[in-house]
Amino acid sequence: MATDIIIHDKKDNVGVVVIEKITPKQDCACWIMEDDSSINIQSVDEIPLGHKIAMVDLNEGDTILKYGHDIGKVVKSIRKGEHVHVHNVKTKKW
Amino acid sequence: MEIPKSFLGYKRENGRAGTRNHVIILPVDDISNACAEAVANNIKGTIALPHSYGRLQFGADLELHFRTMIGTGCNPNVAAVIVIGIEPKWTKKIVDGIAKTGKPVEGFHIERTGDIGTTMKASKKAQEFVMWASEKQRVECPLSDLWISVKCGESDTTSGLAANPTVGNLMDKLEPLGVHLCFGETSELTGAEQVCATRGATKEASEKFMKTWSSYNDFILKEATDDLSESQPTAGNIAGGLTTIEEKAFGNFQKIGNCKFIDVLEPAEEPTKGKGLYFMDTSSAAAECVTLQAAAGFNIHLFPTGQGNIVGNPIEPVVKLTANPLTVKGMGEHIDCDVSKILSREMNLSEAGDELIKTTLRVANGRLTCAEALGHKEFVMTKLYRSA
Repeated sequence: MATDIIIHDKKDNVGVVVIEKITPKQDCACWIMEDDSSINIQSVDEIPLGHKIAMVDLNEGDTILKYGHDIGKVVKSIRKGEHVHVHNVKTKKW
Repeated sequence: MEIPKSFLGYKRENGRAGTRNHVIILPVDDISNACAEAVANNIKGTIALPHSYGRLQFGADLELHFRTMIGTGCNPNVAAVIVIGIEPKWTKKIVDGIAKTGKPVEGFHIERTGDIGTTMKASKKAQEFVMWASEKQRVECPLSDLWISVKCGESDTTSGLAANPTVGNLMDKLEPLGVHLCFGETSELTGAEQVCATRGATKEASEKFMKTWSSYNDFILKEATDDLSESQPTAGNIAGGLTTIEEKAFGNFQKIGNCKFIDVLEPAEEPTKGKGLYFMDTSSAAAECVTLQAAAGFNIHLFPTGQGNIVGNPIEPVVKLTANPLTVKGMGEHIDCDVSKILSREMNLSEAGDELIKTTLRVANGRLTCAEALGHKEFVMTKLYRSA
């Protein structure tokens, strides 16, 4: 049952790292809270606790979904397994 | 878990119950802080609540000042109040407002007497009050005497994953038992405002919420030099992995569980529609928000944190919880309830909610919070605009 990444909702295209950090090329176990299912992903970047990983390839202009909701837009394309944060995602507000 | 039906609190003259038994020395204005602090220094067991405002305010801003002052004095965690102001008129207005609860309150003004004479007179009264209050005993009070406010701070993604949903789980379990509940943080619902509006118990409540949020958002658009990206999310939020205000908002929103809010309150406004959940229009700055909720009569506060906010309040005990194992490890002296095992799936949300209920009741019964033991007494007035 060890979990490296938690995903809130099945629709989400990002997950949250819940161990101290994941390292590049690590095979990570992901738990999807909504339906209690599990999937796996291989990381590209080192990602610390609490930070997000892309579960799919994302292009500039795509919407990031978390909690099943729109939480911002991609401003620099992101590959599956990469770190998702302020360097490649921005708010749609303000 | 079977939830206890009662806690041990201090019954007040107006029927409310307190989780604490403070005697406070309340300055009406900034220049009366020195005298209030001198009295609190003279008379052990009293606390002064110094702040920065109270002169030349007007309109809605002045009304909020009085509402916060009077509400703080009226809070059931306060047994008795000494009010000290520079002049008699505003001092009396606050004394009269607090006196309606039936609790002991007396005002002193400094003009024509000076700090030393006023300190002497107020100290004599404060000694009488604190010795009277010290004989008050805790008695069994129904759980519905708990008025619980919530606000999160230094949030990170673990807040939205686990600590905030733990508070939501507690709300889902305690709301049917008749407690009052309150959440706020108007700015930090930005991005989730449409979803939040659907959680109004009535059409009026939903509309009132959207009106409050829109008015705040218009203000941001008018005053901000570019946007709020330097403040929302905060540097601490970003370090913890939160990327946008929308992400923060959906995490924040987990605190209310499946509850619906029955009314929208002005800052520091006392709820009047009975038991249930209320939304209050507040800043998302921790100390400002808790100060307003305490002034509205809430007697215990739950504060989920990610990276480790350390805020406390002089009259309303602030219970901290976190799901971030690094925060527990690095600054455990600030954490009353550790729910980090949710992330490793060694604890589920319902178990975490039960743990938080147990902690909340221990604190309601008198156990000091970490913030109280560490001396956190942040009392921060909200100011709406510049003074005349």
